[in-house]
Amino acid sequence: MNGRRLDFRIIADWIRPQSRVLDLGCGDGTLLDTLARTKKVSGYGLELDDQHVTESIRRGVNVIQTDLDAGLSEFDDHSFDYVILSLTLQAVKYPERLLREMLRVGTEGIVTFPNFGYWVSRVQLLRGRMPVSRALPHEWYNTPNIHLCTLQDFEDLCRKEGIRILESEVVDHEHRRRLGLRLFPNLLGEIALYRFRRA
Amino acid sequence: MGLVTPLRLRIEQPLLLSSGGVLASYELVYETYGTLNSDHSNAVLVCHALSGSHHVAGYHSAEDTKPGWWEQHIGPGKSIDTRRFFVVACNNIGSCYGSTGPASVNPVTGRPYGPDFPMVTVRDWVETQARLADALGITQWAAVVGGSLGGMQALRWAIDYPTRLRHAIIIAAAPKLTAQNIAFNEVARQAILTDPDFHGGRFYDHGTEPRRGLRIARMLGHITYLSEDIMRQKFGRDIRGGKLNFDYQVAFEVESYLRHQADTFVGRFDANTYLLMTKALDYFDPAGETEGDLSRALARVQAASLVLSFTSDWRFPPARSREIVKALHDNDLDVSYAEIKAPHGHDAFLMRIPRYVDIFSAYMERVAAA
Repeated sequence: MNGRRLDFRIIADWIRPQSRVLDLGCGDGTLLDTLARTKKVSGYGLELDDQHVTESIRRGVNVIQTDLDAGLSEFDDHSFDYVILSLTLQAVKYPERLLREMLRVGTEGIVTFPNFGYWVSRVQLLRGRMPVSRALPHEWYNTPNIHLCTLQDFEDLCRKEGIRILESEVVDHEHRRRLGLRLFPNLLGEIALYRFRRA
Repeated sequence: MGLVTPLRLRIEQPLLLSSGGVLASYELVYETYGTLNSDHSNAVLVCHALSGSHHVAGYHSAEDTKPGWWEQHIGPGKSIDTRRFFVVACNNIGSCYGSTGPASVNPVTGRPYGPDFPMVTVRDWVETQARLADALGITQWAAVVGGSLGGMQALRWAIDYPTRLRHAIIIAAAPKLTAQNIAFNEVARQAILTDPDFHGGRFYDHGTEPRRGLRIARMLGHITYLSEDIMRQKFGRDIRGGKLNFDYQVAFEVESYLRHQADTFVGRFDANTYLLMTKALDYFDPAGETEGDLSRALARVQAASLVLSFTSDWRFPPARSREIVKALHDNDLDVSYAEIKAPHGHDAFLMRIPRYVDIFSAYMERVAAA
């Protein structure tokens, strides 16, 4: 939870007060709860995990237990100002389809993901091993992360899908923003954050 | 919950029914648990399902062997904590557990209503429950809660009296029955209606009751309340006495179970009530008033909702609950939804399943906070 503070703070900075938000993979509801209190946003969290659903309910967050891989078909077009996907993109079955869905039901999308281009991952791959790091703590055989990408990969996909990136940030594993990160984001950034909309 | 005593309220104000009929006066039997707070803001209404009653928790006497039907969830420290909430449970009209129903005496004829008892709907029940709330000085329920047909009443409350409840808790319900649901109900009704002891619903006058029909109806119902998995788990193909007798006596354990359920039902349930309750289920369809558009049907709702379903419920499966959830969030209403993994089928809503208790309790804390 501590480790996610900065990425939540960056997301909170990006979001206009009193907007309607859909949080995909809302976890224990911390982000929506924070946004509700600090930005007066309203909306829903979608979550699959039983424990997280109960925690969200306990927190007073509107949570709907659902599998993101089943899509967002029950939500009408343009129902939300923002659709957030925080550290979940890499774990869904159809990332490109989900991005499209995000921009169907919402005006803007916000995505955060662990950057596979982070130098530590590159070094581990060069040594012939699948990367394991603080942002990617799983072994290859038990990881839920099936669609890892780098900043460049993500930006390529956005171009291909006609998605315009409005804002982006990278942070390190302590979720700090440093000068080096701004110069070499794809190498030094451990977590990437993007805000985007249809071009 | 300890010992509880049913209470009785007579309502002289005529009830205009959805069917067009009128009930000039009627009685409601109800129970309450816990204490109503000074600003009357902690009242929770529990609505019962097809064969339920106002007796939701506790025992009626020291000799009573079975507690109320939702004892698992209502009481001190339970999902609906009676140290915090004032719980009201009302027997619906048309029932056979004390509120005015087909077995009650028709004041016009001096004989039981029988088939003359008017058809009642979920909407009619909600209206009678509102009269009870008036009498108890409850202008707004903290929550209206129900499972199955009871969940449909909670939904109807949110539609019909948007300002009179803060939360609706809708468990193992559906926004309307499917053709398959109605088909099962119709078989049950045919079993009763064609029983020679039914006498057109006037069996009271003949000192009998359509036992065979009611038994079959109940057995059929029980098949739809359980999942295939739980039946396999509970009974499998186990044979009573270990060998086949090549006759029509009970061979398999599942037959014994169904016969037992039928035996205990007959004698405590009224065949006319069974007919009425299944019709109320069949007719329930709030979206029927808005050209099938459930979202529009819920446009006036203000309450926040918790919707719960159970994975193995094939009577009202999770997808049916999701229809309710969608219509609620289409209207930008506060709604939470959880699908509880349980092997028990539709009956799961009656049980004490740890995750079910966790979620129900967590939500009730939110009800208490607001």
